[in-house]
Amino acid sequence: MRRTRAATIAAIGVLSLVAACSDNGGGASGGGNAGSNYPDQNITIVVPFSAGGPTDTVTRMIADPMAKKLGGKVVVQNVEGAGGTVGAGEVARAEPDGYTVLMHHIGMSTAPALYADLGYKPLEDFEMVGLVTEVPMTIVAKKDFQPATLQDLVTYVKANASKVTLANAGIGAASHLCGLLFQTATGTKLQEVPYEGTGPALTDLVGGQVDFMCDQTTNTSGQIAAGKVKAYAVTTPERVKSLPDLPTTAEAGLPNLQVSVWHGLYVPKGTPADVVQKLTEALKVALADQAVVDQMAKLGTAPVSAEDATPEAHRAKLEEQLATWAKVIGDAGVKAS
Amino acid sequence: MDLLDNLALGFSTAFLVQNVLYCFVGVLLGTAVGVLPGIGPTATVAMLLPITFSFEPVTALIMLAGIYYGAQYGGSTTAILINLPGESSAAVTALDGHEMARQGRAGPALAAAAIGSFIAGTVATVVLAVAAPPLAEVALKFGPAEYFSLVLLGLVVSIALARGSALKALAMIALGILFGTVGQDIYTGAPRFVFDQRELYGGIDFVSVAVGMFGVAEILRNLENEHTRTAIVSKVKNLWPTAEDRRRIIGPIARGTGLGSALGVLPGGGHVLASFTSYAVEKRISKRKQEFGRGAIEGVAGPESANNAAAQTSFIPLLTLGLPAHPVMALMVGAFIVHGITPGPNVINDEPALFWGLIASMWIGNVLLVLLNLPLIGMWVRMLRIPYAVLFPMIILFAAIGTYSLSFNAFDVYAIAFFGILGYVLIKCGCEPAPLLLGFVLGPLLEENLRRALIISRGDATVFFTRPISVALLIVAVLFLVVSVLPTISRRREEVFAEDD
Repeated sequence: MRRTRAATIAAIGVLSLVAACSDNGGGASGGGNAGSNYPDQNITIVVPFSAGGPTDTVTRMIADPMAKKLGGKVVVQNVEGAGGTVGAGEVARAEPDGYTVLMHHIGMSTAPALYADLGYKPLEDFEMVGLVTEVPMTIVAKKDFQPATLQDLVTYVKANASKVTLANAGIGAASHLCGLLFQTATGTKLQEVPYEGTGPALTDLVGGQVDFMCDQTTNTSGQIAAGKVKAYAVTTPERVKSLPDLPTTAEAGLPNLQVSVWHGLYVPKGTPADVVQKLTEALKVALADQAVVDQMAKLGTAPVSAEDATPEAHRAKLEEQLATWAKVIGDAGVKAS
Repeated sequence: MDLLDNLALGFSTAFLVQNVLYCFVGVLLGTAVGVLPGIGPTATVAMLLPITFSFEPVTALIMLAGIYYGAQYGGSTTAILINLPGESSAAVTALDGHEMARQGRAGPALAAAAIGSFIAGTVATVVLAVAAPPLAEVALKFGPAEYFSLVLLGLVVSIALARGSALKALAMIALGILFGTVGQDIYTGAPRFVFDQRELYGGIDFVSVAVGMFGVAEILRNLENEHTRTAIVSKVKNLWPTAEDRRRIIGPIARGTGLGSALGVLPGGGHVLASFTSYAVEKRISKRKQEFGRGAIEGVAGPESANNAAAQTSFIPLLTLGLPAHPVMALMVGAFIVHGITPGPNVINDEPALFWGLIASMWIGNVLLVLLNLPLIGMWVRMLRIPYAVLFPMIILFAAIGTYSLSFNAFDVYAIAFFGILGYVLIKCGCEPAPLLLGFVLGPLLEENLRRALIISRGDATVFFTRPISVALLIVAVLFLVVSVLPTISRRREEVFAEDD
């Protein structure tokens, strides 16, 4: 049944075309009777961000173990653009046959508030497969920034709100959202300095050009460990294994600053229930895979529990997050388009 | 001698059989994707990244790095042969390289590019080994204000790219900057010049502009010419550089290597400026200014050296600080993470074999590239004799496939057609695509850093004059403008009237 089993290095260009074609092929075959023999063709997981980024990395980690469980081939395709809304929109419009799957992060819950003309509705246009992982975030500052603790930082930014600069990796980026939440939690309005991506933002933070930012452990833990930036807290209920000395925001006195970059898998609305169930089962198997657990630990994160890797838990999380971000983003008056 | 110990460690790692093998695979793939129009190193690295997950970390990084600098090599080949630059740096190579090819001197042009790249790569690898950490500290001193001044200097210098009228060059730079503003503003999210097309929100892709303005426009121009319609060149003069050529490329290679090594270190766009600046410098100091744009071998050797040196030293921020300077580096950060190495300043101490092994592999990679590319020159040159009716549809086909594969967006392919026609019209009007392309690449950097500097300074514009590096760069820019542009405007006008194509 499987036409191409071996992906050879020589087939770089071809590989990508296969990915594109299988996407369309899935559409052409029609989604009516996908049911029992699913999957009988390649499954494409669309990552709405660039290859090599944290979301892409997480997707590629689980793609293989999921493919093994499903007994098919899983191809990861990056469809970047507009804070992940281009890729998400593409999957929302795809044939609901289970051959086009979306991996999306917290941005799924923030896009409706950020984008006026989104073209899809997160709760209505998708079926949830399950949550995947929650990546913690850290509040970090330039090395010689005056405040020593999170409490000091709060006091300092309140007193110097007109001077402090808060970097982020662009509108809708996790660092931007966390920065908004920090301002909400502290009742401040700070000067935000947007960058195009985390790399340049972190470069300027290490270089002391901007004061502080909030970003994923994936990006910051190397700089924290080397003492190139000052770290105040991690934004999850529990401390992170890779940074054992770093207090949580609750411990450091800012309990209402809780945020993580949560990831989930989606399929288009109308995908047969048994297909969704097969995907959920494969996801659970992948998340229990020791290699996946180990790789995620290196990212400073962990797979979600088996109860959370379900459509129900995923839907509840999305509903709660949509409400939270509608308020935070609405209050801040931020619009991405 | 720490350095010798480190290098010994590096070479003992890099000379492991699997590392040499994958270094070769990397540079071979890099050359291939560099040669194929449209498909760039970023897309290739992105696609191959998952395959490297099962490798040793150092092997994976050696291969990925090889793809990156191998593509810089390969990119010059298509720029010279068919006027089709795949990366911004190769656009400069196309200026004189393709002219040389049209004159039957594609062989010397390719050889000059290969030799220059090898020397530059070797020197830059030494720079990387000896001075990476201190250079990285210098790079960190560059904030938004400094980058703004640097990019401004780059734009001023780039007027030298023009063959004809400086005024038209300025107009092209401005047009390029305007094309660069298309898409969503990163500060406010406001869509600019998108005409309600969602595909334009992410901006126009560089490859679409380069392939259209250079490649397709060139094809249209060739098709109207009775002579080139059969083949690009009817007779090949010589395959290897003459003694005269060899003498002429020594200086440009040395200067290009220096410039490229220095600019490559800057993560905020320094490597983009390297080849443009080298070209401008060579043209400025050359006694044969009139040959530039008409097949001057200096205009190939200098920028190619600069570009390859910068490709090597742009690894400095990544390796010493864990901060990526290029989308390919960002992907390599992903490779670090997957292999359980947290990218950051500690890599150099925690993973010495990886750090020094990667550096040593770059030198090996450069040797492999020369061995790979010099014998291929004869073959490439023969390609120019393929009947044009066969060659040009293939060029367009490959360009369309390559561009489509960037993000599976048909819009990018339409953009090639648009820029191809625009490029043809501009050529007919005596306007050149190179300054436009530079404006397109540097414009967004200029705006981004200008606004960021002003945001951080709270709207205080004096920040550009109070920061020492920034003010020094601005002074150089003003000097360059005064010294070069004013007196040459009148001279260039005469050249324009003398020009017949």
